[in-house]
Amino acid sequence: MSTTIAGPPAARGRRRGDVRGSGRLAGMLLSPTVIVLALVVGYPVIAAFRESLYQRGEGLDANGFVVQGDKFVGLRNYTDIFTGPNSGAFWNAFGNTTFFTVVTVVLETVLGVTMALVMHRAFRGRGFVRASILVPWAIPTVVSGLLWRWVFQADGIANAMIGRQVLWTTEGFHAKVAVIIADTWKTAPFVGLLVLAGLQVIPREVHEAARVDGAGAWQGFWRITLPMVKPVLLVAVLFRLLDVLRMFDLPVVLVGLHKDSVETLTMIAYNEATNLRYGPAAAYATILFLYVAAVAYAFVKLLGADIIGDMRQKRTPRPAPPKKKRLTVPAEVAA
Amino acid sequence: MTAVLPSASRARPAPSARRMLPYAGMAVVVLYCLVPFYWMVVSAFRRPEDQFDNAALPSPWSIKNFTAVFKPDVGFQRALLNSLVVAGVTTVITLLVGTLTAYALARLDFRFKNAVLGLIIATSMFPGISLIIPLLKLFSDIKWINTYQAMIVPTLSFALPLAVWNLTAFFRQMPAELEQAAMVDGCTRGQAFRKIIVPLAAPGVFTTAIITFIAAWNEFIIALSMVNKKEMQTATVSISKFTGAYGFDQPFGTQMAAGVIVTVPLVIVVLIFQRRIVAGLTAGGVK
Repeated sequence: MSTTIAGPPAARGRRRGDVRGSGRLAGMLLSPTVIVLALVVGYPVIAAFRESLYQRGEGLDANGFVVQGDKFVGLRNYTDIFTGPNSGAFWNAFGNTTFFTVVTVVLETVLGVTMALVMHRAFRGRGFVRASILVPWAIPTVVSGLLWRWVFQADGIANAMIGRQVLWTTEGFHAKVAVIIADTWKTAPFVGLLVLAGLQVIPREVHEAARVDGAGAWQGFWRITLPMVKPVLLVAVLFRLLDVLRMFDLPVVLVGLHKDSVETLTMIAYNEATNLRYGPAAAYATILFLYVAAVAYAFVKLLGADIIGDMRQKRTPRPAPPKKKRLTVPAEVAA
Repeated sequence: MTAVLPSASRARPAPSARRMLPYAGMAVVVLYCLVPFYWMVVSAFRRPEDQFDNAALPSPWSIKNFTAVFKPDVGFQRALLNSLVVAGVTTVITLLVGTLTAYALARLDFRFKNAVLGLIIATSMFPGISLIIPLLKLFSDIKWINTYQAMIVPTLSFALPLAVWNLTAFFRQMPAELEQAAMVDGCTRGQAFRKIIVPLAAPGVFTTAIITFIAAWNEFIIALSMVNKKEMQTATVSISKFTGAYGFDQPFGTQMAAGVIVTVPLVIVVLIFQRRIVAGLTAGGVK
C-alpha cells in the first residue's frame, strides 16, 4: 500500500522544498546542532548514569595513601539514597521539589491566565503592560533572589507591611513561602504573556456567537476561552513544570544552601558534587532526570501537550496548511 | 423588550466603571511586575547608613552603593567582562550553528524531522545538574576548570535548543515563494539561503540573539560549578558572593546596586525590542 502512494503525492507535494538532495542537505545542516547537543547533552546524561553506578574509592592503602580510582557499586548509590541513613535528606528534597512545583505552577497558571485576560480586555496601553511584564522575565534569577531576600529581611519592607517580625529566610515553612512568592513573581507574567498570545488568535466571532446564544462571562470563559487556549496553556505549564523541577538559583540565593526547608533535588545533587562525591551526586541527578522525564511524558501523553505544534511535518502538504489535524493520508490517496 | 436579560453579567453597571475596569486590572498587573524592581532601584540609591529606611524614595539620593560595587577588591568589572564573554560567545556559536539547523527544520522535508524537533526541544528541558556533574568531572580531568570554555560549552545545552526553536519559528513565517523564485532565477539553494533568506531573517536572528544572550547572561549554576577562582566568576555568581564590609552583614545596598547594573541594560534592550521579543518568546507555542 505504501508503494502505491509513494509516487504521485510525494511529487505533487513537497511544496516546501525540492525533493532531490533534501535529505542530504538536511543532514548537513542538522549535523552541527546534533553533534553539539550530543556532546553537551547526550554524552553527559549517559556519563551521569554510568557515574551513578560508581563510588569513589575512599580507602587508604598499606602506606596510608589515599587510593585513587572509582569502584563499581552497582545500584548501591540508589539504594543508599532511597533507604540509606541519609534517605531522609533525599525524601525531604523530593518533597520540597514536588511541593514547590505543584504550588508555584498552580499559582502561576491562575495568575498568568488572569493577567492575560486583563491584558486582552484592554485596548490601549497594552504595549506598556507588555513591556513591564518582560521586566521580571529579564531580571536574572539570582538578582531576583537577592531582591526578595532584601524584601524579606528581618527589618525589611515585607515585615514592615504585615507589621510582624517573620524571619522569612530562616528554616521553616515561611522560607518555602518566600521562595514560592519570589518564583511566582518572576514567572507568572511570563505565563501570562504566552496565554495572551493564545487568546489573541481566538476569533472574535466565537465569543460573540456564544454571547448571542446566552452564555455569560463565566460560561464563556470555561466553555470557550479556556478550551481554545488550552494548547498554549498546556505548553506553558509544561515549560514551567520542568523549570521548577530543576529549581536551584532561587532557593540558594534567597535562603541558602544546606537549608532543609527549601532544599531541592538539584541542590542536594550539587552539594554532593561539590564534595567530590560524584557517584551519589550523579545518582541524585539521574533520579531528577527520570522524574522530569516522567512528568514530561505524562504531560505529553496523558494531557496531549503538543510541544512541536505547528512545526510538525505535514504528511500531505496542501495549498493552505491547516491547523493541527493531519489528514488520514493513505486511505484517501489510495482511494 | 426592557425585560431584564437572563444572565446577570449582561446587566451592565455604569458604563464608565465598566470601561475603567480593564485599566484598573492593567494597573494591578503593572504594579505587580514593577514594584519589586522599583524597590531594588530605590534601595540601591539609598545611602548605606539609611539602608533600612523604608521610605518610598531615598532621601538623600546617593550613589555610594554603586561606587562600592566598583571598588577594586570586589572585582565586579572583571565579573561583568566574564559574563559578557561567556554570554557573547555562547550567543555567536549558537546562532552560527542554530541558523543552519533552523533553516533545515523550517524549509526542508526529510525523514525523522519530527523526531529531530522533539529531540531538540527535549534537550532544553533536561535538568542542568545532570549535565553538570559529569562535565565537572571531565573538566577537572582535562584542566578546564576556571576557563571560559568550561562555562560556554554547558551553556550551549540550553541556549542552542532555545535558539533553534525561535529561529525555526521565524523561518517558517517567511514565504517559501521567495527562495523558490530565487532558485527559479538560477540561484542554488545555498545562494538562495545566503542572498535571500539571511537578509530577510535578520530581524528574527537578532531577536533570537537577544533572547539567547539574556538566557546565557542570567545563567548561574554552571558558572557557579565550573569556576572557583574569583577572577573567572560571572556577574551573577559574583553578586551572590558579595561580602559585606562589616563582617556578617549581608551588603544588601551593594547587592541591589550590582543588581541594578546587571539588570538595567537588559531591561532597556527588552523595552526597546519588546514587540519582537514577545513574538520570539511566544513563537513555539502559538500559531
